[in-house]
Amino acid sequence: MLKCRTVWKKLAPLARASSTVCRQNVRRTGLNNSRIPACVPVAHMSTGPAGGGRENQLYVLLVGAACVGGAIYTYRTVKGDNQRYQDRIDEISSRPYKRATEEPATPIQSEPPVIPEPEPEAAPSPEPQAAPSPEEPSPLAPDAAVAAPIETTEPPPADEPVVVASPEESAEPPAAPVVEEEPSPPSEPSPAELTEPPPAPVVESEPAAAESPAEPTEPQPEVVAESGGPAPASLKVPSHTPYLLIGGGTASFAAARSIRARDPGAKVLIVTDEPDPPYMRPPLSKELWFSNDPSVTETLRFKQWNGKERSIYFQPPSFYINAEELDGAENGGVAVLTGKKVVHMDVRGNKIKLDDDTEISYDKCLIATGGVPRNLQVIERAGEEVMKKTTLFRKIEDFKSLDKVSRNIKSITIIGGGFLGSELACALGRRSTEYDLEVVQMFPEKGNMGKVLPEYLSNWTTEKVKSEGVKVISEALVKSVVCKDDKLEIKLKDGRLVKTDHIVAAVGLEPNVDLAKSAGLEVDSDFGGFRVNAELQARSNIWVAGDAACFYDIRLGRRRVEHHDHAVVSGRLAGENMTGANKPYWHQSMFWSDLGPDVGYEAIGIVDSSLPTVGVFAKATAKDTPKAATEKSGTGIRSESETEDTAISPVASLTPAPNVGQHKDEYGKGVIFYLRDKVVVGIILWNVFNRMPIARKIIKDGEEHADLNEVAKLFNIHDD
Amino acid sequence: MSYCRQEGKDRIIFVTKEDHEAPSNAELVADDPNDPYEEQGLILPNGDINWNCPCLGGMASGPCGSQFKEAFSCFHYSKEEVKGSECIDNFRNMQECMQRYPELYPQEEDKESSQAEASSSSVSAAPTEGSALPPETDSTPATSTSESAVSSDSTSLIDNQTAS
Repeated sequence: MLKCRTVWKKLAPLARASSTVCRQNVRRTGLNNSRIPACVPVAHMSTGPAGGGRENQLYVLLVGAACVGGAIYTYRTVKGDNQRYQDRIDEISSRPYKRATEEPATPIQSEPPVIPEPEPEAAPSPEPQAAPSPEEPSPLAPDAAVAAPIETTEPPPADEPVVVASPEESAEPPAAPVVEEEPSPPSEPSPAELTEPPPAPVVESEPAAAESPAEPTEPQPEVVAESGGPAPASLKVPSHTPYLLIGGGTASFAAARSIRARDPGAKVLIVTDEPDPPYMRPPLSKELWFSNDPSVTETLRFKQWNGKERSIYFQPPSFYINAEELDGAENGGVAVLTGKKVVHMDVRGNKIKLDDDTEISYDKCLIATGGVPRNLQVIERAGEEVMKKTTLFRKIEDFKSLDKVSRNIKSITIIGGGFLGSELACALGRRSTEYDLEVVQMFPEKGNMGKVLPEYLSNWTTEKVKSEGVKVISEALVKSVVCKDDKLEIKLKDGRLVKTDHIVAAVGLEPNVDLAKSAGLEVDSDFGGFRVNAELQARSNIWVAGDAACFYDIRLGRRRVEHHDHAVVSGRLAGENMTGANKPYWHQSMFWSDLGPDVGYEAIGIVDSSLPTVGVFAKATAKDTPKAATEKSGTGIRSESETEDTAISPVASLTPAPNVGQHKDEYGKGVIFYLRDKVVVGIILWNVFNRMPIARKIIKDGEEHADLNEVAKLFNIHDD
Repeated sequence: MSYCRQEGKDRIIFVTKEDHEAPSNAELVADDPNDPYEEQGLILPNGDINWNCPCLGGMASGPCGSQFKEAFSCFHYSKEEVKGSECIDNFRNMQECMQRYPELYPQEEDKESSQAEASSSSVSAAPTEGSALPPETDSTPATSTSESAVSSDSTSLIDNQTAS
């Protein structure tokens, strides 16, 4: 005891210099020893001991080294244990899915000619692909890193499964029916699995699932039996995605494209509750109705004036990759998860929950949930009989059902006089003669587009709609709707009664802000929708675009826009900002409407009929129709002609437009300016096309123009 | 004869062609070409390629996006006498990739991609893509100045839009 103390005393100076532990000991012993105070001054003064010299030094060195060595050993052991524990956990969890990653690797390598070959390649491939594991909330990156060492540390067992697998693979060309692989995996892996550890057998069945989306159910039972994995027929959803887009509409698709363009190899996951991949909505109320193809409801393709055809889907299915392949995709990709609704959003934890309780975490999230068509209260209260005969028009399925219904009934009534209502009325009106269908349109305003067009133009438009075969009932407020003798009776406030077979309610859109509550996001009380800033950001990792976004427009103030081009522009912008661009909403979006083939307009900015307007018109000629515009510009949809503006040279020769007869009306073509405090905030190009850039410029400038006729000259309205 | 009429808060002006012949004296604010907020064309002010240009459609973002970017970048920065002559491999990769997705890149792209290699305009790549992925209804007809001359390619852009 005493000896220790003396030793420590001598060591004090050196110990203090080398380790804290030693120091503490010294202090402790020092407190009990009266000799210490005497030693202390010596300690501070020199590093070498007063006496004893070299021997002491050596002794001290050895002890010091031992202490340090001990410390290092302890540290390493603890860390190693930790690591091993983590490895073990990861290995267990990744077990069922690991080989899923190997298999996709084989087709990517085309045909592995030699059996051993796939193995080394398969080994690294689990690294990036790791294991899509719904049960594992933790990010997959560490899993992947961990999985790799496991693979390499267990080559002998791993060999066999791979070898077992690859003959399957190489024997049959990857394109060959996956069917062949299916019977073999069950038989081979089962014995193998009992002896071998993880991935192989279960994974055998996995690749089948991964490769052939058509047969996900068959391998699944194997998985379930073997590993207690996901429920049969459910696709594996990645538990983490760098970019998550909630909603599968126009804004979402535009954002996905933008992200992929700017972030090489980006992995984008779109989650939508619709059964379809992203598609464009305008043709649903316009071009699709004018198609002569009887199978249009299936193909959803439409032929345009010049014979060009396209689908309403932005991209064919081959553009997208499967959700479960998203993690492993070398160059990233866009995956669409259809039929899944996001029900809960945890902003703090950066994750969302689906309606099947799957959780997906994200780095950056876009909310592009769009909206749900509004309904009239009188209809909602009228009971199920009435609801069954009512269509709220928004999606592909609504188009399909309305098309079907309209062929089998005698009378249809559209409630609502805005864009959608008027377009559908015109579309159905064209069918009215063909199918002996009475088309009625009713709305509270004085004329069609009453909230958009100044009164004189609204009246003119209403006449146009009437000539399309529609019975227009203006200043109509619906009081009640009842179902009598299998017909609907609509009673208006002024007493008029309308009997019809089916109702289409086009009375506005309710923005979908269901996630606002769980996410704690602000909802705008004036315009509805999520409140976001000029850069479309709601929170640091959350952006909102499209119909659901109430954003700050630097030029025009806070607003919410429900148009197609806005969805494209805002989606693109959100995608850019999600990849670090930090740009505000600046490029003004436009919108358009066609009321039949003879009249159409394009508009930009705030186009509200309550604002003072200045309209500058010229007389229209036969050449001023949307039909002629498309023929001239060689595009089918005017929506496309904007993009291809400069790239176009007229393809078709200008065929004379059908003789539209004499224009009794004066508003053939022109420009209408909407003013707010003497500044032009909105412009309508009435039957004047391909001049949107000029209109955009005028709005962007935000100048006060003394004479708007001079501004109108910029549009050359008299020219074609 | 032009005349004007007022209906409440709305003013209506009818103009004859002659009255609109005189050039406008309306003043427009000069555009700043380096405005960071503005939508950029295909080539950014610093010379880089704007992969998000609507004119490219989905070329840079599709399944063959990375191959396309490599090929096009190589071509763009090529200083050879025959521009892009050292990029043959990149273009071949791109073509191979595209052949794996015939639905997205219809087979007319064979002649398009050879045009892309031969022609010195960047927009020739756009028709290759444009044929398969019709541009979105975007309001930006953005193209760089060098492309404006390539009307023949643009024509094929339209022709090729008969999607599969």
